[in-house]
Amino acid sequence: MVQADQPPGPSFGSAAVVDGRGTNAALAFRDVTCVRGGRVLFERLSFAVPPGGAALVTGPNGIGKSSLIRVAAGLLRPANGEIAGAATRTLMAEAAALDAARPLREALGFWAALDADPDDPYGRVAHALHAVGLSHIADVPVRLLSTGQRRRAALARVVASGAMVWLLDEPANGLDVASVTVLEHLIAAHRGRGGAVLVATHLPIALPDAQTISLL
Amino acid sequence: MTGLGALITRDVRIAWASGGVVNALAFFLLVTILFPFAVGPDTALLARIGGGVIWAAALLAALMPVERLVGPDAESGVLDQLSVRGFSMPTVAAAKIAAHWIGFGPPLMLATVVAAGLLGLSAQTLGAVELGLLIGTPGLAALAVATAALVTGLRGAGSVAGLVMLPLAVPLLIFGAGSMEGGVGAIKLLGAVSLMLLAGAPFVAGAAMRGALE
Repeated sequence: MVQADQPPGPSFGSAAVVDGRGTNAALAFRDVTCVRGGRVLFERLSFAVPPGGAALVTGPNGIGKSSLIRVAAGLLRPANGEIAGAATRTLMAEAAALDAARPLREALGFWAALDADPDDPYGRVAHALHAVGLSHIADVPVRLLSTGQRRRAALARVVASGAMVWLLDEPANGLDVASVTVLEHLIAAHRGRGGAVLVATHLPIALPDAQTISLL
Repeated sequence: MTGLGALITRDVRIAWASGGVVNALAFFLLVTILFPFAVGPDTALLARIGGGVIWAAALLAALMPVERLVGPDAESGVLDQLSVRGFSMPTVAAAKIAAHWIGFGPPLMLATVVAAGLLGLSAQTLGAVELGLLIGTPGLAALAVATAALVTGLRGAGSVAGLVMLPLAVPLLIFGAGSMEGGVGAIKLLGAVSLMLLAGAPFVAGAAMRGALE
């Protein structure tokens, strides 16, 4: 039912960017300050995720985990500091961003065709759907999907994107135990290819050797 | 460029599938049908005011789909995903304007033929109205998308949209209706207003959508 097979994907071994300090980082925050609604969420935050690395953002609700992910995705402008690293990033946030009326395969195909490497979007989507165990409902309209299936579909979009940096905001929300295992396998495989992940979560996800960024 | 095409195709598809196109056209024809009931079945009078009625009805019909142009995409995270994929918001807004016009302009011009028949307009007046609509509807579409972006996230966005959009559409109405009698001068001014809206709206809408991301 749920497979953990990894679709063949790109290798990012040489795609890392050399930052100003001479270290290779897939994603680097330098003295980043984030202010939302007049409130300072985090101040002078610096960290770097190397290729193959992972960072886990933890902290209580409302502390700014999602904002940190959105800053990394370039959706929020930081009040100060800069974000460097690989150009290709992909985001999995709370909103599914899938057209409700279209079949799952086409809704994902729309996004795959807009990815940095737009070759063979439907092939990549088919692999990604297989990887998250949704192949059997590829032709079902998105509006009929359950919460967990929608989350797995959003994960499939991340897998299909081929981006080097995965930005995952609460990826385990709405997933059953088996699906969380699939998520962990997919992250591990992505890191194995030299990709990097930044995960904000309040649910336990196994991320071996991940650095922890705790917001207090 | 292929990305822009995909965006336009998607928006046109959603407009048709959600019934937005048909609703706006039905509304347009309904308004033109209501006028004869209000002013009486005086053929000469209707033929005289018919062109203006069509323009006013077109304006009101343009307001119909405003709520679904940007709001749903901001809410469902589509704008987030586009931004992460490197699309600038003015580009997205330009695609939305093009898609909105495709789903609104030509169908409205077809419905105008029906409306002209109902109002008893002469072929000459119909020709003038159609030319005016051809020039004016792109500006109207641009204004609708800019308005949609500005009211995104507001409570009761639909009613606020009317208050924002209708005053700004007055120049289109004046020169559009005026072009039926005023000839070339009014057509040129209509073209100027339409172009100004087309040139400015992507940036206004883009800035508003960018603000909605944060």
